[in-house]
Amino acid sequence: MSDNFLIKTTNLCKYYNGGKIKALNGVCSEIKKGEVVVVIGPSGSGKSTYLRSLNLLEHPTSGTILFENTDITDPKTNINLHRRKMGMVFQQFNLFPHMTVLKNLTIAPTKLLKMSADEANKKALQLLTRVGLADRADAYPSQLSGGQKQRVAIVRSLMMNPDVMLFDEPTSALDPEMVGEVLDVMKELAREGMTMIVVTHEMGFAREVADRIIFMADGCIVEEGTPDKIFSEPEDPRTKQFLNSIL
Amino acid sequence: MTLKEQFIFNFIEDSRWKHLLKGLGNTLTIAFFALLIGVVIGVVVAIIRSTYDKNRDSLARSSNILNYYAFACLNMICKIYLTVIRGTPVVVQLLIAYFIIFASSTNGIMVASIAFGINSGAYVAEILRGGIMSIDNGQFEAGRSLGFNYIHTMIYIIIPQVFKTVLPTLLNEFIALLKETSVAGYVGIIDLTKAGDIIRGRTFSAFMPLFTVAIVYLAMVMLLTWIVGRLERRLRKSER
Repeated sequence: MSDNFLIKTTNLCKYYNGGKIKALNGVCSEIKKGEVVVVIGPSGSGKSTYLRSLNLLEHPTSGTILFENTDITDPKTNINLHRRKMGMVFQQFNLFPHMTVLKNLTIAPTKLLKMSADEANKKALQLLTRVGLADRADAYPSQLSGGQKQRVAIVRSLMMNPDVMLFDEPTSALDPEMVGEVLDVMKELAREGMTMIVVTHEMGFAREVADRIIFMADGCIVEEGTPDKIFSEPEDPRTKQFLNSIL
Repeated sequence: MTLKEQFIFNFIEDSRWKHLLKGLGNTLTIAFFALLIGVVIGVVVAIIRSTYDKNRDSLARSSNILNYYAFACLNMICKIYLTVIRGTPVVVQLLIAYFIIFASSTNGIMVASIAFGINSGAYVAEILRGGIMSIDNGQFEAGRSLGFNYIHTMIYIIIPQVFKTVLPTLLNEFIALLKETSVAGYVGIIDLTKAGDIIRGRTFSAFMPLFTVAIVYLAMVMLLTWIVGRLERRLRKSER
């Protein structure tokens, strides 16, 4: 039955320079609904490319991506419709600097989902309250700290009621003391049952929140399993070496 | 003659100031409509050119290969437009517009507005394209990942930021445009410059009318600079 997974990639490849650089080299993966998957691996392993392929910010050279039973790599698919269902959080936040926090949050739902301005404002304030930023609704992104920016960015994605959230190293650009506040928001999301795919170097978060950990190296999935298994008894030598080098 | 006598002689007698007023009106009309036309052309050309540059790969891969050819074709047309317009003097373009392309039209002001607008559009397009290319790619990605298509990402997210960053350069172009309209006299339009020259021809006194014309241009440019400066400060509000 194909219904119990949300995303399924088959033989996903991404080549640069006519095949000289293989960022992804045949990645097969399945993400179930409600699952929290953390992707780890050394830099250059293809984990960000993998994540960014899932909503086609990187277009794979070959392979297929099934999202909610639609092949989104098919050129006939309207990717804009599917991207609405996939929230994305970036390392560099990428908030819109010319808009207030509130406008950042409401522009997509009002323009794309035809939500009324009142409704969108109400929802934005509700979500902002939940991440502790209700008082910053009228601030501009440049007036926020890194941690606040990232929390706003998460809320911006949530405004579209996504079925899955993709996190691309969400805490890597933050000062250490701000990492916690962002991870807390992500943990709460996970508790509420949001499907999440997280590329991160936060091993503590991975161990605590992940249902499954995917270890990538050289554009391939080398090993996957529960946090216990990956952290306690990794099988592949590359996994062992990587964990030794960071833990 | 004292300055006062010169002033009376050049402007008050025979109500010669009316030439200047009419000329000023024509200059402002031409500059205003040329600016509008220029901005519209500039935005369209800049979007086509930067879209093609940024999305050449995905267009080539798109289900409808005709899209790719249509875009390549549009891009080529834009490039030819930029080359021709920026490669020939505006006076020549004005003469061609007036005596060849719109030879049947008697509305010189309209022809001049269009000619100056088409000319200005080329410069505005390249200014905006530079601005679009300078916006961090993360802004495009954030827009696209929310589900906006390319054009909506441009309109809602990129272009407003671009206008802010290119405003000083754009002001340069608007100032140049305003002063360039002074060659409208070539096709028999009585603009501000021509009006001053007419007075000079009547009174055989060059000092007063020509300096007055120069001061009026200067005042207009200073006013324009002031308005854009205020706009700039308002847009910079988001930068603390």
